[in-house]
Amino acid sequence: MKARYLIAGAISALLLSGAAQAHRQWMLPSSTSLSGNESWVTVDAAVSNDLFYFDHVPMRTDNIQVTQPDGTEGKIENSATGKYRSTFDVHLTKPGTYRIASVSTGIMGGYTLNGEQKRLPRGTTKDNLAAAIPAGATNVQTIEASNRNEIYVTLGAPTSTIFKPTGNGIELVPVTHPNDLVAGEAATFQFLLDGKPAAGLKVTAIPGGSRYRDSSGQIDLVTGADGKLTITWPQPGMYWLNASTGGGREGGEGMGAPGAGSPAQQPQRPAGPPQRRASYVTTLEVLAP
Amino acid sequence: MQSGYKLILGGGAALGAAAAGGTAQAQTMNVSVTIPRLTVAEYHRPYVAIWLEKEGAAPRTLSVWYDVDKAKGEGTKWLRDIRQWWRVSGRTMSFPADGVSGATRAPGEQKIAFTAGKGPLPRLGAGNYTLVVEAAREVGGRELVRLPFSWPPKTGAAVRAKGNSELGAVSVSFSK
Repeated sequence: MKARYLIAGAISALLLSGAAQAHRQWMLPSSTSLSGNESWVTVDAAVSNDLFYFDHVPMRTDNIQVTQPDGTEGKIENSATGKYRSTFDVHLTKPGTYRIASVSTGIMGGYTLNGEQKRLPRGTTKDNLAAAIPAGATNVQTIEASNRNEIYVTLGAPTSTIFKPTGNGIELVPVTHPNDLVAGEAATFQFLLDGKPAAGLKVTAIPGGSRYRDSSGQIDLVTGADGKLTITWPQPGMYWLNASTGGGREGGEGMGAPGAGSPAQQPQRPAGPPQRRASYVTTLEVLAP
Repeated sequence: MQSGYKLILGGGAALGAAAAGGTAQAQTMNVSVTIPRLTVAEYHRPYVAIWLEKEGAAPRTLSVWYDVDKAKGEGTKWLRDIRQWWRVSGRTMSFPADGVSGATRAPGEQKIAFTAGKGPLPRLGAGNYTLVVEAAREVGGRELVRLPFSWPPKTGAAVRAKGNSELGAVSVSFSK
């Protein structure tokens, strides 16, 4: 029993430190609403505290996928990773809304074997979980985590094909299209968790430019029973929007960020049914009226 | 004007009316847009959009002045900077738009006339309309001026407004 309390204490400490040092993962596109027969966007991708300043670590780009307005796969080009940020380009060749996403799903956790604590290897998924746990393991603890960081950019008129839910993790379903946001107007989004409306989901929106003001300007919201929430944008600009459930770190720094999977970031949990963790991050551009 | 005008709602070309013109002469809308002469180090003629709004109907673009002659349609890259027009109408159009696309215009008073039932201006149903003029200039600012009027107009009627930065005097008058 004593050991269990100690573990519980360790978890709280981890979660608290996570909240206090909210390293936020973000992608910042050069434009979200574009005109022309074809166009390019360039994206900065980083993990940092202040938005949107790349002053901590870059975001990895090897897991970034582009979905074109017709649902087919696109690609990132000219990708480069520096000390503080990554950058890459996406060529928009078709009219409509594109998704640029870094999505990861995996299982974290550990077990006891012959009196020794072991951790599940990185890259463990639902499919290979059984193989990852050796015979004789006891006190198996698992957390299934889905992290989604995605942005949307539109050439011409906004379209909705890319918002077809996959049913995995937290997803945004537009009521208001995320590339059609204007300061002073209300925007409504629906959030799904594993394909079902995510009721009571905590969502925060933080405007960029935090270095030049005293308060974060954070807007805290909670989804209703239908998974929907409405935000009235106080001013134009870029906003970082985050939703998470199951005690994951704010900002989704986890599987997709450098340093993730290190022992310090894998909290121990009492044995029991698999825990579910999911996080969602996007960057939204709100235009002036 | 004759009775029998009706407004067609819905769809992309909502802001129009199907009405037999009969013997009435077509109504002409004369638009005047003054582009201010600015003393700035780097001057580019503004992109200008002129469109018509009516509550409950999709806005109708009448004219867009931009760099139409650039190779590969590159002038369209900055159309989105005429941002309110881009949102309400431009982003659903393709360019060059027949009878709508035009070259940028020089500082001074610029005139353009539209005849109901010809080119971009459909025959209009009776009601309250707003003619909107928006200008956006490279390395400059953006401004929008709204001119409300009711249709059918009295011949000789005019609505005037004035911009403060990117637009000078803007007016619409009606004739037959």
